[in-house]
Amino acid sequence: MLTVRLYMLQRVTALLMAPLVVGHIGVMIYAVQGGLSAAEILGRTQGSVFWFSFYGLFVLAVSVHAAIGLRTILHEVTGLSGRLLMFFTWGTALSLCVLGMRAILAVTFLVRGVS
Amino acid sequence: MNSPIKTRHVAVWRGEGEIGHFETYDVPAYDNQTVLDVVSHIQHYIDPSLSYRFACRVGMCGSCAMMVNGEPRWTCRTHVNKVVGQDVLEIAPLRNLPVIKDLATNMDPFFEKWVKAEAVHHSSSSRDDDMTAVLPNDAERKKADAGIECINCAVCYAACDTVAGNADYLGPAALQRAWTLYNDARDAGKQTILEAVSGVGGCHNCHAQGGCSHYCPSELNPMQAIAGLKQAATRALLKGKL
Amino acid sequence: MIRPHRRHPLFLAFLLHRTSGILLALFLPVHFWVLSLALTDAAAFDEFIRFTDLAVVKLAEGMLVFLLAVHIFGGLRLMALEWLPWTAMQKQLAAGAIALSCFVSITFLLQVI
Repeated sequence: MLTVRLYMLQRVTALLMAPLVVGHIGVMIYAVQGGLSAAEILGRTQGSVFWFSFYGLFVLAVSVHAAIGLRTILHEVTGLSGRLLMFFTWGTALSLCVLGMRAILAVTFLVRGVS
Repeated sequence: MNSPIKTRHVAVWRGEGEIGHFETYDVPAYDNQTVLDVVSHIQHYIDPSLSYRFACRVGMCGSCAMMVNGEPRWTCRTHVNKVVGQDVLEIAPLRNLPVIKDLATNMDPFFEKWVKAEAVHHSSSSRDDDMTAVLPNDAERKKADAGIECINCAVCYAACDTVAGNADYLGPAALQRAWTLYNDARDAGKQTILEAVSGVGGCHNCHAQGGCSHYCPSELNPMQAIAGLKQAATRALLKGKL
Repeated sequence: MIRPHRRHPLFLAFLLHRTSGILLALFLPVHFWVLSLALTDAAAFDEFIRFTDLAVVKLAEGMLVFLLAVHIFGGLRLMALEWLPWTAMQKQLAAGAIALSCFVSITFLLQVI
């Protein structure tokens, strides 16, 4: 159920995420040294425009990428198509986007927790 | 002629349409014996009602493909000794196609998709024009040549899991043919082909599992051809031509 | 019924890409929810971060890093297959993507233990 447009969207978001994922893995390997702490995580992200943009872009790309990927799998496994498949695709993309943006805002600009 | 040294148990799919079961036959085993020989023996000497399809017996016509021990193969060129590791021979109709009866499938969907993929000649000149020069060393010609030995046996179509999951998917053979024509100097339908292979069932659905290239009896590489189409379609899309 | 054949290396590469994709997509909402605890329930967020000290959780994190790495490196291989000049070494590249992912996730695990 992939037309050339959905295919391109899938690949463009993938290419966009490639450096972001490498960066994310790098941050993880760096951050886990000596154990994780909430203060350490938030100390890094709080008020940071850079991390907000980095992960903001990541969330946007992954929402689109995951929605198209899951749509393909759902169609191939269950045969679902048409309007229902479209609702599923949009629903997945929007849910991931909202949840992800909320998470980023939580650790960058709206932190109320440890400081 | 070799004398039979032993008997081989062969499970053959029997039934009409979707409903069927494996039935076991005892077939004399010879040193040199193809799967098609085994099927023919059953039909000639055990049960004349067995339906199957073959024509040339030398790997040219593409009509005898079946599932042999779960893998799609051209049966006329498949030696039994090569596939019977575990002493079981299981022969079934080609996967991903509706079964008519026993080992004979209805290949209409397979060929209809060739037309849907615009894998048909779009003539670029009339009888009044000079013949188009086909230069064997031309880069495009080489891409076309890579796929022209396809015998339409549908082994790749049966090997493709994307076909199994997505009924609209045009499949490796049709897409490879479209790619061949896309690179043919005599074909005037490049844009038509690109549009046909970029729709809902088009080349972009391929997951590059490579079953087509793995099983193609003519050792062609439909996966590479499909990658070529994806690349051409991407270029066209970026240029605003798709 | 009629059995399919699913043993060739590139099929396994496909299976790994699809499985890792599904698991990552399922993990994402959980990941987002935990992070947003920083906003809604700071104490719970702190508690959850401490929960990651458990060895089992660290192992699971290592698995997630592997899934992410194998999905991205496998995905880059697919895009190279589609858009770069053809190479016949697809099996080797697929194996290389898995090897690289093992390297990355083991590096991660070595940092957490």
